[in-house]
Amino acid sequence: MNTVLALAGVVIKELYRRKDFYVLFVLTAVITLLLGSVNFFGDPKIIRYLKDVVLLLIWISALVIAITTAARQIPAERENRTIFPLLAKPVSRGQVIVGKFAGCWLACGMVLAVFYLVFGIITGSREQHWPLLSYLQCVGLQWMMLGIVVSLVLLGSVIFTAPSSNATITFVVVVGILLLGRHLNQVALQHTEPLRSMVYTIYFLIPHLEWYDIRDLITYDQKLVPWADCALATLYAAVYTALLLFAAWVVFRRKPLNL
Amino acid sequence: MGPIVELRNLRVEYRASGLGKGRKVAVNGLHLAVSAGEVFGFLGPNGAGKTTTMNVLLGFVNATSGAAFLFGVDVRQPIARQRIGYLPEQTYYYKFLSAEELLRFYARIFGLPRAEADRRIDRLLKLVELESARKRPIKTYSKGMQQRVGLAQALLNDPDLLILDEPTSGLDPLGRMKVREIIQRLKDEGKTVFFSSHELGEVETVCDRVAIIHQGELKVEGRVADLVEKHQTNLEQIFLKIIGYPAEAPLGLIATPRQAS
Repeated sequence: MNTVLALAGVVIKELYRRKDFYVLFVLTAVITLLLGSVNFFGDPKIIRYLKDVVLLLIWISALVIAITTAARQIPAERENRTIFPLLAKPVSRGQVIVGKFAGCWLACGMVLAVFYLVFGIITGSREQHWPLLSYLQCVGLQWMMLGIVVSLVLLGSVIFTAPSSNATITFVVVVGILLLGRHLNQVALQHTEPLRSMVYTIYFLIPHLEWYDIRDLITYDQKLVPWADCALATLYAAVYTALLLFAAWVVFRRKPLNL
Repeated sequence: MGPIVELRNLRVEYRASGLGKGRKVAVNGLHLAVSAGEVFGFLGPNGAGKTTTMNVLLGFVNATSGAAFLFGVDVRQPIARQRIGYLPEQTYYYKFLSAEELLRFYARIFGLPRAEADRRIDRLLKLVELESARKRPIKTYSKGMQQRVGLAQALLNDPDLLILDEPTSGLDPLGRMKVREIIQRLKDEGKTVFFSSHELGEVETVCDRVAIIHQGELKVEGRVADLVEKHQTNLEQIFLKIIGYPAEAPLGLIATPRQAS
């Protein structure tokens, strides 16, 4: 556990010392601040629309940060050859995978916390309404979803050589699932066999990331998601994350690392 | 007490790059045993299989067949590396960390208690003369300073076995002397040192035993003094003979320490 936490600490340290991360992070925080504070004609529809835009921006920024951060972890270790003195210590490749995951996922959690804190303070102080539990559910489920995404990217990073191709492919896959995932079963119904079975297989195989998108809770002040559903969604995310990390370890464990 | 480093019939094959090139044998049937307290020189020309063998010992590459052990533990087990220090030929460290942060990170991996880690980090940074630069990111260090960080991290866990891959390559004379001093000190403390080098004069000075491999196979193994006595020449000449340096080549033109003195 100590090794995993030490590795995670290095990932976080690297992240906050990188300038490109700062640019995206600060930019999103500033846009959130601006959009959250403007009030066009006091029209509730426009305010809701702006909230929607800001939350979408937070979603996209968090996804970009998660994917770009996780995609370069293992390739950078191999390219800079820092993996060699690391693996010469009593560190297993499984610990490297889990440590990198922990670092990226914790970093995503911190990023989400800051984004939602800025957004929550701005909208809350304007509307005098503090739906803390809604925020908690939104952040919690989005963080769980980012866990799946980070583990998916880590799996890609031990398969693809270039981080850029891994990041692009994962981004397309994640956006594809977010946009189309929920419709795949209906698409399947419109086809004949064997295509129907194939689409159904994909539908049941992919992690349904769209379930974790509950921004409407904040935008439209909807009632809370039942806590039992949240727990099930967390379990679902944990299972997918574990499976993807296991697959990454299987690939990485036998990979020759030549000096 | 069993051998500290043991290779049993080690064979490593690689898939050769390029279509239809088949597999390349990097190491073939290598048997080797290094006992506790020995300074062991692992020699061979470029491409002989030295680095591949070290890669197997460090768990970077899996052997195709045969087995490798450190302290009697299969090298595939991470715990086999608990008591070793490794200094790579070049510096491969997180450049965004300072020397102190890097050593603290490795200390956590070794499970050193905080107070003990602090004590060792202070001592090592003093030993490698990096005390004044301990808070600066490694990316701002000169090459020599980065090599010294490498030396500090290799000694952090007070290893019983030190694996050094070309430890003096790229170092200035002062740095080389420092490395030699450290090897000598470790030897005096009864530690085992396994190192590869092309500096044969240096190897002759510090090593108890050497092994010379060529084209993946062990050609010679023995005590340095015995080899020198048997061949009636110095290690460099023995090395050149073993790797099949052309007989017509002007060997006599190569200055040897024995001739020079």
